[in-house]
Amino acid sequence: MAYAPPARHLLRARDLADARYAEPIGVEDMAAAAGLSRAHFSREFRRAFGDSPHAYLLTRRLERAASLLRMTDRSVAEICFDVGLTSVGSFTTSFTRMFGASPTAYRAQFPPAAAWAVVPSCVVRVYGRPQHRTFREDSANGRD
Amino acid sequence: MIKIATAQLWVHDQDEALAFYTEKLGFQVRSDVTMAEMGNFRWLTVSPAGQEDVTIVLMAIPGPPVFEEETAQAVRDLTAKGAAGTVFLITDDVYAEYEQLKARGVEFVDAPEERAYGIDSSFRDPSGNHFRMMQAREVAV
Repeated sequence: MAYAPPARHLLRARDLADARYAEPIGVEDMAAAAGLSRAHFSREFRRAFGDSPHAYLLTRRLERAASLLRMTDRSVAEICFDVGLTSVGSFTTSFTRMFGASPTAYRAQFPPAAAWAVVPSCVVRVYGRPQHRTFREDSANGRD
Repeated sequence: MIKIATAQLWVHDQDEALAFYTEKLGFQVRSDVTMAEMGNFRWLTVSPAGQEDVTIVLMAIPGPPVFEEETAQAVRDLTAKGAAGTVFLITDDVYAEYEQLKARGVEFVDAPEERAYGIDSSFRDPSGNHFRMMQAREVAV
């Protein structure tokens, strides 16, 4: 097998957090991806990337949650579960600490999600076409 | 007129890289030349099928006298940490390419995901180099 510096295994663990943050993974799974014991892994990960694996995984989840708050109209609870967290209370506390605003207040700072939705032109044409209405004056003029 | 001919990536092992780029990524070898008179320096370039005029050179990280050991080790580590750069690929069907590459054993960091600018995904080569593979969004008005 080809030579790989130890940091390559740590990157594999970080990639796992980036790829599978939506699943209920934890630091143990990251350590397993790196092939290291948990205590040794946490030390080496922090040395390589500057954050503990726990902090990296949590901030990745919060970053993804922030994106979902901006880009979707899903509820705060749904978004909490979407990013692999299970306690809405802890999610709200962590989010508020990291972003300086609660999830709801954070969302309110941005345009509504609908503004970002790139809806295909065929949908715009079909769903955006106003329902035809006839007006009294039209009927009075002999049209219907 | 100036055009890009070749961009360079550091790799930890050229044979391993060659296998990945050709067998998993489906790139083609554009040159593979070893020069005995230059300490067996190996110029190894690859590029996607159908794009012969732009190549990536998969460069072994040299030791002394090119890099002293400390520098060589630092480059090895930075590459392994994913801090040595990114290649941005573009395709007209990111979902199909994703399925095909995944079936060949490419480990994706990001599965294709809708973004404002297009559908984007990412993976790494064995050395840790970062690749993004994107399908540009067709904006309808």
